[in-house]
Amino acid sequence: MTRKKEQLLSFVALIVLAILTYLAQNYLDNYKLRILNLGAIYATLGVSLNLIFGFTGQFSLGHAGFMAIGAYTTALLIMPPMYKEMTFIIEPLIWPLNVLQLPFIVALLLGGLFAAILAILIGLPVLRLKGDYLGIATLGFAEIVRVIANNIPQVTNGALGLKGIPQYTNLWWTMGFAVLTVFIVKRLISSSYGRALMAIRENEIAAEAIGVNLTYHKVMSFTISAFFAGIGGGLLASLLTTIDPRAFMFIMTFNVLIVVVIGGLGSITGTVIAAFLFNFCLEYLRPIEEGFSLGPLSIPEVPGLRMVTFSLLLLVVILFKQNGLMGEIEFTWKGFFRFLSRFKANRPMKGEGM
Amino acid sequence: MTLLKADNITMRFGGLTAVDSFKIEIEPGEIVGLIGPNGAGKTTVFNMITGIYTPTENRIYFQEEDITGLKPDRIAKMGIARTFQNIRLLDNLSVLDNVMIGTHLHLKSNLFSAIFRLPGYVKEENELYEKSRQLLKKVELDEYAGEKAGSLPYGKQRKLEIARALATEPRLLLLDEPAAGMNPQESKELVDFIRQIRDEFEVTVFLIEHDMKVVMEICERILVLDYGVTIAEGKPEEIKNNPEVIKAYLGVDVVNA
Repeated sequence: MTRKKEQLLSFVALIVLAILTYLAQNYLDNYKLRILNLGAIYATLGVSLNLIFGFTGQFSLGHAGFMAIGAYTTALLIMPPMYKEMTFIIEPLIWPLNVLQLPFIVALLLGGLFAAILAILIGLPVLRLKGDYLGIATLGFAEIVRVIANNIPQVTNGALGLKGIPQYTNLWWTMGFAVLTVFIVKRLISSSYGRALMAIRENEIAAEAIGVNLTYHKVMSFTISAFFAGIGGGLLASLLTTIDPRAFMFIMTFNVLIVVVIGGLGSITGTVIAAFLFNFCLEYLRPIEEGFSLGPLSIPEVPGLRMVTFSLLLLVVILFKQNGLMGEIEFTWKGFFRFLSRFKANRPMKGEGM
Repeated sequence: MTLLKADNITMRFGGLTAVDSFKIEIEPGEIVGLIGPNGAGKTTVFNMITGIYTPTENRIYFQEEDITGLKPDRIAKMGIARTFQNIRLLDNLSVLDNVMIGTHLHLKSNLFSAIFRLPGYVKEENELYEKSRQLLKKVELDEYAGEKAGSLPYGKQRKLEIARALATEPRLLLLDEPAAGMNPQESKELVDFIRQIRDEFEVTVFLIEHDMKVVMEICERILVLDYGVTIAEGKPEEIKNNPEVIKAYLGVDVVNA
């Protein structure tokens, strides 16, 4: 298949996705829309975490921290000044934030940008660490962000959080940014820079010996990852319309990490599939908590059973499919048609049988 | 012009002197060998030259430029490439990717033009691809281009590591025990291979090797290290008959007997 043809197919697929988004946005109820929105946001978050963890091999647990920065930045920039006055009852919001109101897209991008700048600042010292130590340091960073958010009421309204954030987020925004993230990360990793990132993952000493500047590439990957985490945070803030520091505890990072691990470290396709699957499961496993009977066995109402089931599902995936759903395999048009032709080849055989 | 010059470099780890006053001058086009018993400090010398360690004392010059204390990637960029005693390939990446990563340090396009595939980057990427393909052809690994590097047989992995080093277009190539684990036939081919790349790629070769057959056949000059001290230097025949060297390798009694 020629490159031109593949590009054409991708273009058609994008149009189909746009039509589906249009239909979903206009005809689905709010409940289903919310699940889809969350799925798309998790896709953005997951793909960005996959860039630093799956492709660059740097175990970062700081995603919730970057999300918090994006979320607070976006929220503070899109809330109308009147709302802010009403929300900040302990201490008034500092100038100029109390009078500022910007368009959603500008606020989102600024949120991503702040997260990215912070990523450069903490990445430079922290990315010298390896493996678990890097994980602990980045986890510490995320906790610091949360604790600070708790303790500067003149900016974040402290533990009370922000309420009444305008709900600009819709499926167009979440799907749009998911597609953009996938596009940029895919292009990055299939470029020469991406090969250098994977070289770092495979063997740092070898990568450095063949001229890969470790600091530059690690910080670059970390920064791009943080940028999209910040955007994801901003989208989330405007979807939920209320945020507080507790929303960005380490459990948030682990949710994204689960998505990446289930999807497959080093597979963008897997991450996107897992992102939607994760959110569908979270919702559709809810009935379990309401109590049910399994033949003679009746299970009473147990709040939180949903999460237990989810943990079991996760265990099964990790035990029987260590590389995640997709391993390192990516969706390609070539692979897609090969997959289809398998069915075509089967059909005449079935006909013969009958 | 002297290609590499180390002026009495010393490497200490706490109280242990791994390499003591190591001195060497390598001229362009030479094949120089570094031998010595286990733990003599040979790999430490390589690690100092390639920037993994910074010598505790004195300095190293490459093409008359001071490279002491530079980071490994800077040194690679200046034209020193190496292989490792225990092969360090990027096992999960394809053979072609392994070589292409070696060309990354010559990439001029910035990140932005790489992500958005601007014409300048596309042109460069195509050049790097062609160059890597050519290189694989020259070292006869072309047919394995799409395979995972980790799945190659041992001898081919060694060859690929050398090819990857060559992709950085070095002036000086450091080979750390290239014949380790090879059978006599493979070692023989290796000798020819090293000569061939020296002539074809115009590189200077500095190698560590335990296989004396290989060393004696290929090296024009040999240095012998023992406990971090250079005990002999000279042509292969001189080294073979040097009593100090025999003592270091076989023990003092053999010499007296």
